[in-house]
Amino acid sequence: MNLVYLDYNATTPVEPQVLDAMLPYFSADFANASSIHTPGQRARAAVETAREQVAALIGARPQEIVFTSGGTESDNHAIFGVIAESVGQALPPVAFSSLADSPLAKPHIITTTIEHEAVLNACQALEKQGVSLTYLPVDREGIVDSESVRVAIRPETALITIMHANNELGAVQPLEEIGRIAKEHKIYFHTDAVQSAGKIPIDVNDVNVDLLSLSGHKLYAPKGAGALYVRSGTHLRQLLYGGHHQRGFRPGTENVGGIVGLGKAAEIARPSLASDAKHVSALRDKLERGLLERVPQIRVNGALAPRTPNTTNVMFAGIEGEALVIALDLKGLACSVGAACSSGAVEPSHVLTAIGLSQEEAKSSLRFSLGRHTAESEIDFALRVIPEAVAQLRALSPTYLRAPSNV
Amino acid sequence: MSVTAEFDTLPTREETQRGLVAIAMSGGVDSSTVAAVLQEQGHPIVGLTMQLWNQRRLPELQGDGPKQHRCCSLDDVYDAKRVAQHLNFPHYVVNFEEQFEQRVVRPFVDQYLAGRTPIACTNCNTNVKFEPLLRMARQIGAERLATGHYARIRKNEQTARWELLRARDESKDQSYFLWGLSQEQLSRSEFPLGELNKEEVRALARRTNLPVAEKPESMELCFVPSGNYVQFIQAYSRDAGISLSQNEGDIVTEDGAVVGHHNGVHNFTIGQRKGLGFAAGKPLYVLSIDPENNRVVVGDDDSLRTTSFEVNCVNWVSIEPPSASIRATVKIRHKHEPAPAVVEALGDSQARITFDAPQRAITPGQGAVFYDGDRVLGGAWIR
Repeated sequence: MNLVYLDYNATTPVEPQVLDAMLPYFSADFANASSIHTPGQRARAAVETAREQVAALIGARPQEIVFTSGGTESDNHAIFGVIAESVGQALPPVAFSSLADSPLAKPHIITTTIEHEAVLNACQALEKQGVSLTYLPVDREGIVDSESVRVAIRPETALITIMHANNELGAVQPLEEIGRIAKEHKIYFHTDAVQSAGKIPIDVNDVNVDLLSLSGHKLYAPKGAGALYVRSGTHLRQLLYGGHHQRGFRPGTENVGGIVGLGKAAEIARPSLASDAKHVSALRDKLERGLLERVPQIRVNGALAPRTPNTTNVMFAGIEGEALVIALDLKGLACSVGAACSSGAVEPSHVLTAIGLSQEEAKSSLRFSLGRHTAESEIDFALRVIPEAVAQLRALSPTYLRAPSNV
Repeated sequence: MSVTAEFDTLPTREETQRGLVAIAMSGGVDSSTVAAVLQEQGHPIVGLTMQLWNQRRLPELQGDGPKQHRCCSLDDVYDAKRVAQHLNFPHYVVNFEEQFEQRVVRPFVDQYLAGRTPIACTNCNTNVKFEPLLRMARQIGAERLATGHYARIRKNEQTARWELLRARDESKDQSYFLWGLSQEQLSRSEFPLGELNKEEVRALARRTNLPVAEKPESMELCFVPSGNYVQFIQAYSRDAGISLSQNEGDIVTEDGAVVGHHNGVHNFTIGQRKGLGFAAGKPLYVLSIDPENNRVVVGDDDSLRTTSFEVNCVNWVSIEPPSASIRATVKIRHKHEPAPAVVEALGDSQARITFDAPQRAITPGQGAVFYDGDRVLGGAWIR
């Protein structure tokens, strides 16, 4: 039984008002939003309201919002969609390299080494098909240098895809400058905003993005609902083939309940962004300060970067992160070693090694991510059990050196 | 073999009676039943399933069709999780792939390539299950680690030593694979099935409605699900960049006459008769393997029987290291009936064992375990 949940970057609970808004669409208003009849029209109206709500959260126009199944689909759609269109191919793409030898037929993508797997693995899949990739490094705090984006641009660069906030560190990337550079060079710019939407403000026009991914379950809406912002005029190939739902961009009967939930969650998030951030960052800072005071030989990874207010990533010297997560879970505190998607993997986090941590240090690092409903008493609880668990692990650690120095 | 874990700061078994017990859960019926038994006894429990080996790593060994109950298959992890859900206790999958490869798989392959016939299970027990897994169990707050082994542990109050005993069910006894455990490891281990026989375990599994109650037993070495070691060694060596060139050689008789050729010493084990690749007038067996000269020596059944051999890495279990020679019954492979012998220590970690009567196929790489009745006095590797 867990008492305290500090893993909101993995997922969030559905907000009660969100659930209330959704419920009618599973029973009374169950109709297909594409049907002509009145029940269908009611479902359609709900979907369109949600589209307006999501658009408002990111400063977009409603017709620029495509509902998807979540962040992974949105990222894949943006990346494969832009590249397939740029070479005039249908998806799933065949080997580009087999098509032509002209460099323009082999598009180029610029991304970073700290992207989520949904972006990285999509890029790697394209790389195997002959697309060339530039993976920009980040500094020790987890931030990419926007000038390095400019330097990486080639005539055949078709897409820049750089996340807004990193899921493990919370590091917020300089999207405005990158967006300006992308616009100057007339290159499509996609951002994975799954970890920032609903946490910090983002306006698609301020940052000049053409494509933006967001996910419902990271902002108190249900799993299985997400959105892709597609700036008007963007040439994007569809990922799925089917009916004419969502103007053909994304066929498949709309997940009305989920979409309504996403809209409602976006509506709730927008006016409370500032107050949520203030509340959550105060608690996050208290957690960090408290840990630094109580536990020797720890370090906050990427502490100097601009970060999402809810995230902290802490390296505990001499600890197996996996064992610490289990020990804490048994004490009633839920947190994680990096991304939930890579649990059980042997490899240390690619994000932490990208900011210069050794494999050992990366495996010793835990992520604590707070949420809108995190209470101060929960942070007090965490500050009690984490030092306890760390001491318990270090007492039996074959690698922990009881040196008095700070790391 | 050295066990260097630091077990000096937390309370020992005597100090905490009803503390949290971790269970090493493979997803099979035995370790699942351990969970049911301990829970019925009122212990708080936590399940740990080790991810040890990635079967996708050597895809050429996958074979056709889904093969059930491989080591670390998702099915087994899923089964362990179902049992934990059924009995309602916490369960975690923990990754020990790196340690398993370094301490079990790689030595297994190296030994085969050196002409020996290793036992991976003993290494896994001594160096993975009762070392990093036990350490992790203790790090997460468990005082002891319970496993589904068929063997017994008891404290001898006179000698103050932890003793390892054979299982009550002779046919299931696994004490042969546990001789490497230190006193520290034994003091923190628990084998709840040691007093039970296979039927009783199945009955318990059924009575507690375990979802794995009818699951068949797995007999093969966990990371070689096909049972084909040669194929595994070849595939692993290729993957790990171990050169298998230079592997062709001669098969010779004891007096050096070449009677055939072979494709690598890892294809052979002492006492093997089949697969020598040639026909002889009388039955011939592998007598010894000489990896230096890449030769396999064959001879008749009589030559296969020997009386005396040396062992290394001696570990004394139920008794203090003896100062003089002792008499014991010695078991030289899993299916061997222990035979009377004298064990004579030669320095710290070596010994000479002399059977009263010659034994067949004493095989380098296998364990020699010294018993006094049910008690495991100690064990060692056959040189």
